[in-house]
Amino acid sequence: MIPGNFHYHRPESVDDAVAILAKYGDEARAVAGGHSLIPMMKLRMADLAHVVDLQAIGDLKGITVDSSTVTIGAMVTQHELIASEPLAQAAPIIREASLQIADPQVRYVGTIGGNVANGDPGNDMPALMQCLDATFVLTGPNGTRDVAAREFYEAAYFTAREDDELLVAIRFPATQGGYAYEKQKRKIGDYATAAAAVLIEKDGSSCSAASVAMTNLSDVPVYCQGAIDALIGSTLDASALDAAVAAMQEAIDPQADNRGPVEFKRHVAGIMLRRAIERAASRA
Amino acid sequence: MDKMHFKVTVNGKQEELLVEPRELLIHVLREKLGVTGPHIGCETSHCGACTVDMDGKSVKSCTVFAAQANGADVTTIEGLGTPDGLHVLQQMFKEHHGLQCGFCTPGMITRAYRLLQENPDPSEEDVRFGMSGNLCRCTGYQNIVKAVLASAAELNAVKEAAQ
Repeated sequence: MIPGNFHYHRPESVDDAVAILAKYGDEARAVAGGHSLIPMMKLRMADLAHVVDLQAIGDLKGITVDSSTVTIGAMVTQHELIASEPLAQAAPIIREASLQIADPQVRYVGTIGGNVANGDPGNDMPALMQCLDATFVLTGPNGTRDVAAREFYEAAYFTAREDDELLVAIRFPATQGGYAYEKQKRKIGDYATAAAAVLIEKDGSSCSAASVAMTNLSDVPVYCQGAIDALIGSTLDASALDAAVAAMQEAIDPQADNRGPVEFKRHVAGIMLRRAIERAASRA
Repeated sequence: MDKMHFKVTVNGKQEELLVEPRELLIHVLREKLGVTGPHIGCETSHCGACTVDMDGKSVKSCTVFAAQANGADVTTIEGLGTPDGLHVLQQMFKEHHGLQCGFCTPGMITRAYRLLQENPDPSEEDVRFGMSGNLCRCTGYQNIVKAVLASAAELNAVKEAAQ
């Protein structure tokens, strides 16, 4: 499988990359790890005149944890996310989720920025970022702006990012309490049939704070306020879990595909959310 | 679209050639440089038969544009050992019959090489997880895992003896 031909650019600064994107508009696309884009180009489902390789831009690298705020450069790979001890301290759910993405070879090159910016409903990081209440930092010709992860996704592959903007970094508060990312997939390397990201804080036996988001159960990640409301103030007993799952079922909109019919996906989603809540609670 | 000057170090040897940016690393290795150890299996980033070591990372060379690999240091199965002087991994794959048809073997060994660089003393679970991006159509996994674990033990014994 040979992709169509393209002009290749390897800018060394964010400004240069943005200038190329601005010049060529939707004829150009940034490539980070490339493991979503290159297969699409090989299948000729994506045909681009200009590919802008971000690998030489040093400003897009690095993980910093500073006074309870985590900042991750867009070009940080999943392998680096897993290896980072400061990150595992500040937000262990990132490592847990990253270990469930694709396979080792893909994680060496796949980046957090590519994962969240692509807008693929199957990607794991978008729901996780909504669960963490992350902020995406976008740089364009007119400067830099922040967009909440919970406001970023509009439809499958459609996001708040403009064609001439680059996602440069992701920022979120360090987490407290328990966490879990539960994912069901058919085989190694696959996208989720259903996955759940959950954070839980407890005050005694009562749930004092929670966050819930679901992966690949709609054309956008599903941040589920109803499920959160069902958990907060409860003792995370069976009835609270039932209520959270029921609220989540209201919020998702799975489509039948080769991972199964709608009813199966709803069933799996319920199991993933239950497991994630139970495991997060046990760690809180 | 212009061809670009492409520099790459493959198994310690510097190469310079003209490529189209869209050419995939696996094609450049096999067709232009005659390095046919890495195999073209699924071509969809699943099977791992094309795995090479690029700048200290295991990558699937069917999903890397030549342009992205410009300037890279690549090691393939050919760079790990010779028929007369097998790498420990090659020797252990032979001893434990970590291959059946052998098609996946270069990718398996190249991946196992990086896995053992990062984790010299892996558990069986570590090996299975670390090798999960490589598929064997003969399902010879039991012996592949044995071979990787035996390689780790052998390499560690050599290291201890040296100290």
